[in-house]
Amino acid sequence: MEAGNLSKFLKNGAIWGFIVIELIFFSVAGEFMSLSDKAFMDVDNMLLLLKQSAPIGIIAMGMTIIMVNGNIDLSVGAIFALSAVILLDSLTWTVFAGLGDWVIPVSWALALLTGVGLGAINGFIVWKTGVDAFIVTLGSMLGFRGLVFMYNGETPTSSLNWTLVDFAEAQFLGLHTATWFLAIVTLVMWYLMTRTVHGRNAYAIGDNRDAAVNAGIKVGPHMLINFMIIGFLAALSAVVFYSESGSVNPNDGQLYELWVITAVVLGGTKLTGGAGSIVSTLGGVLAIQLLRKGLGHIGADTSTVNLVIGLILIAVLFLDRQLNTKGKEELKL
Amino acid sequence: MSDQTPALRLEGIVKTFPGVRALDGVSLSVMPGEVHALMGENGAGKSTLMKVLGGIYQPQEGRIIVEEVPTVMTSPLQAKSKGIVFIHQELSLAEELTVAENIYLGELPRRSFGRVDWEKLYTQTDAILAKLKVGFNAKTIVGDLSIANQQMVEIARALTVDAKAVIFDEPTASLTDAEKVVLFDVISDLQRQGVGIIYISHRMEEIFKITDRISVLRDGSYRGTLETRNTTEEEVTQLMIGRALDLSRNESNHELGDVALEVRGLSCGHMFKDVSFDVRRGEVLGFYGLVGAGRTEIVETLFGLREPSGGKILLDGEEVRISSPADAISKGISLVPEDRKGQGLVLGMNCRDNMTLPQVGELSSGPFVAPGAETAIFDKYKEKLDIRTPGWKQTVGNLSGGNQQKIVIAKWLSMHPKVLIVDEPTRGIDVGSKSEIHNLIRDLAAQGYAVIVVSSEMPEVLHVSDRIVAMFSGRVMRTFTSEEVTEESLIQAISGITATEKVA
Ligand SMILES: Nc1ncnc2c1ncn2[C@@H]1O[C@H](COP(=O)(O)OP(=O)(O)OP(=O)(O)O)[C@@H](O)[C@H]1O
Ligand SMILES: [Mg+2]
Repeated sequence: MEAGNLSKFLKNGAIWGFIVIELIFFSVAGEFMSLSDKAFMDVDNMLLLLKQSAPIGIIAMGMTIIMVNGNIDLSVGAIFALSAVILLDSLTWTVFAGLGDWVIPVSWALALLTGVGLGAINGFIVWKTGVDAFIVTLGSMLGFRGLVFMYNGETPTSSLNWTLVDFAEAQFLGLHTATWFLAIVTLVMWYLMTRTVHGRNAYAIGDNRDAAVNAGIKVGPHMLINFMIIGFLAALSAVVFYSESGSVNPNDGQLYELWVITAVVLGGTKLTGGAGSIVSTLGGVLAIQLLRKGLGHIGADTSTVNLVIGLILIAVLFLDRQLNTKGKEELKL
Repeated sequence: MSDQTPALRLEGIVKTFPGVRALDGVSLSVMPGEVHALMGENGAGKSTLMKVLGGIYQPQEGRIIVEEVPTVMTSPLQAKSKGIVFIHQELSLAEELTVAENIYLGELPRRSFGRVDWEKLYTQTDAILAKLKVGFNAKTIVGDLSIANQQMVEIARALTVDAKAVIFDEPTASLTDAEKVVLFDVISDLQRQGVGIIYISHRMEEIFKITDRISVLRDGSYRGTLETRNTTEEEVTQLMIGRALDLSRNESNHELGDVALEVRGLSCGHMFKDVSFDVRRGEVLGFYGLVGAGRTEIVETLFGLREPSGGKILLDGEEVRISSPADAISKGISLVPEDRKGQGLVLGMNCRDNMTLPQVGELSSGPFVAPGAETAIFDKYKEKLDIRTPGWKQTVGNLSGGNQQKIVIAKWLSMHPKVLIVDEPTRGIDVGSKSEIHNLIRDLAAQGYAVIVVSSEMPEVLHVSDRIVAMFSGRVMRTFTSEEVTEESLIQAISGITATEKVA
């Protein structure tokens, strides 16, 4: 293998190597420190882990294309919450009373539309004003969250529909419904990024916007579409999650944006845009979920988990930089 | 000169990249007070050799000897401390900082408690700038300067250290004639102080004007060194490209077609005023003028990057409004921009994807890209323009400057536009490829394309154009046909001297 390929392999494979190390570590450490006598790598435990990865994972796929564009979306947590409120509330709207269980697809559609709409607002502002996506979505993060509170005040919005819960808790071929959604979203987004014109343009815009404009790419509409995609996925994430739980607190989804961004960055997507991959993002999502679950398994509390994840994030980015400079023979600074 | 010890010696340098043997045992020696030219085709390995010398790349084999002391260059800063100063082909300046801060970046003069000694910084910088006779001062923000002036800042950096050898990698690519004169003065100053100079350029006339010896690289290997006094352009070219150059212009007697593009009284703020011209199918229209004459602004307006403040643009006789580059492309106007790195290429993307970027949508089936069709286009134009790269997967940022330019040209050629606009077609391109590109432009015209060429090189406009628009300060001074144009009349026109004034 040539030197360039090796470092490339190390770079792309790094996140998966990290996952393997985590699995080994928690299995071994679990033997000594775990409170339960169940093995960490138990099949049910792993299936549950995949299911629990879904809410963050589904949004992270959208964040990947946003960040490859050189943008960022901080409002995903708030979109998640607002879509969830719409979903659960609309299940009980009197206008839909005659629909029976047909209210479910209607409510889903309403929630998803909400996500797409909110995403479109973000995208439209970014396109038309040219203001940095960071600022725009920082504003909409606060604004959308405000709408959540206006809806029902501090009280949770709840409604349990048993058909819905059954669907959400079902397992098909061993995998939970949420896991299937994550798998499908990953596949579709991978296809979008690697096989379509839209995906190609996303990389071009993130790497050199001027050159992309000169090549006739309509940058504004392109970014609008991406914000609509991530809005849709944030809503989808909410739909999958709250179909099961049936109750949303107005504070739900807070800090989601940070978990999502952490996963995407762990997967190697550049903050400045132009580079990143869906498959590596999936790796990042799983790595974080493993870490949260694994540390819980060996008895660490939440604050320790956060501390460790923070440290690992910095370590991984440092390692990535080292590998990057090696591969590219860039200027040593 | 021969009894002196060389300021700098390179012995048997080998440097490989994945799939590319960029340098294959290259040796070179530079005497103190000598201007030593390094020549070779695009991708021959000139920049790579200098990056090895400047401590940016580590060679796999070979030695670097500075004043008879073997030295390992581990970083640019260390190379600088050994007296090797590098002025890069690509600018590397902090655009938000002042000129002074850029020049002394990393070594700002200090006062107690680590405070910057601003006064000293500015006086030192102004002293250096005075030598360079530039029209800006120490406190100017670099981002506000033209590319040419930014180049001067880069050069000013070299003057702050006690240099043993200074490397200039294509320093004149974006300088005006007046700025070149200043640069050559600086070089001969350095020469008088006994500094060894390595000078990389594709421009023969400069090489023969200022250098003492010429070393030639071809495909990463050393081909020989010639005394500038005792050689000819033909000999150097022969050594560089391994064959003699065909400089004749291919005059096919094709018929000129209809007017493809007509511009009437076009204005854009104070950039340019009342500009009128037309281009027929099968014709090459040259735009010549000094830097700042408004040529680039005109073509940017035609490409939808600027909003005209008045006048009309007619395509095939119909008036059109061009609102964006996407609009221009769909109407059949293509632009090869002046700044290939900033505006032409997606540097992190591979060669093929760059080449097919504007047409990836047309090649696709539905929303899906068609890699096969894209690779076919890449292969065709790689062959046609002789693009040197190990394969389509190579990242464009790793190609040599000239090969990058060929990728941009290929990008638009493969789209078969109605009107092809090329802004500075051969900036930084070697003599061999340059004549290929010139032939290509003539061929395109013969095939019925309407071509507009903007250039700051007089031999180039004279060579490729059927008619030449001479511009001065945002206005068209005169349009020459290729029969009536002379170098003299052209120079007069672009300096703002009109025929009547001359008579008077
Ligand atoms: N970082 C890199 N990775 C891979 N290949 C590289 C890299 N840098 C240079 N090359 C290759 O090495 C060869 C020599 O390139 P170099 O930039 O030295 O050419 P050059 O003589 O300076 O050409 P030009 O006149 O166009 O500037 C080219 O084939 C180029 O593609
Ligand atoms: Mg070079």
